[in-house]
Amino acid sequence: MAKVFIYPTTSLILSDLVARFGHQPLSAALQVREKIQTAGLESPPLQITPEDPKKGLKYAAVEVPSGVRGRMSLYGPMIEEAEAAVIIHDADFSFGCMGCARTNELIQFLLRKREIPILDIRYPRSDDEGVEFVAAIRKFLQDLPGGGA
Amino acid sequence: MKEYRPRYVGTVTKYVFVESPDMTPSDLAIRAYEISLGVMIKETCFGLQITGNQEEVHQIVARLREFDPAHIFVKDRGFPPGDPRRCRANLGGARPGYYGHEFEISLIRYVSKGIEELPGRAPDQAVHPPRAAGLARLDAKKLQKIIESQES
Repeated sequence: MAKVFIYPTTSLILSDLVARFGHQPLSAALQVREKIQTAGLESPPLQITPEDPKKGLKYAAVEVPSGVRGRMSLYGPMIEEAEAAVIIHDADFSFGCMGCARTNELIQFLLRKREIPILDIRYPRSDDEGVEFVAAIRKFLQDLPGGGA
Repeated sequence: MKEYRPRYVGTVTKYVFVESPDMTPSDLAIRAYEISLGVMIKETCFGLQITGNQEEVHQIVARLREFDPAHIFVKDRGFPPGDPRRCRANLGGARPGYYGHEFEISLIRYVSKGIEELPGRAPDQAVHPPRAAGLARLDAKKLQKIIESQES
């Protein structure tokens, strides 16, 4: 079972397909869950504290907006952990918590820099594309270490 | 700043979406309650939210998927159901993240079709995934050539 970074990290379709084919999807929910289940000082809504943009400094320079660095404190560790990635390119801008274009560019850059297997794809817009979409993801996941179902 | 005491520590929450011609969210909820093993199940307009320890939630999700494998979709959720920071009862509008789900649910019938067709497909058959069209930006090398051609 490989750890597969999904982009958008909030994607229902990718999260389901990666788990369905026997791998572990690395989604934003896992990091958010860890944050909100850890006791500390109250910092609603996501329990992002002033410490998190500091952790984000590992991935983005200090002059980069704190929003990018705060987001990278969630996504950065998952990128480091990932053994593969599936990227959907035409996700809507207002897609859940992925609404920061600069963070999104940085995520894709860091993924490519890691030189892990990456599947680039876009959302299906017809039945035929749906079949190819699912088949491509299955084939990609089957070729990863750990096989998939 | 106040002290923060998290609720439901050590649990996982999963969304179960159902987009099926044969099953409604309430059908799914009834079946989930039958096998609930004491975990917390919340019925929603799109399916369920299941909260409990990881092993039990995993078992229930695996059982629920069997009812309609191509039309039931599952993903993790960070917050437990009804959390005041996310629940729309407190926010007065759609839950953050709802728009992403709404967008993907509009396309999910194509994915269901793909899952249904998959068993009939030869394992070595070539795949032609939908690819994003290239960006319409001007290539840097091409721009440099244009500049040089104007300068000379």
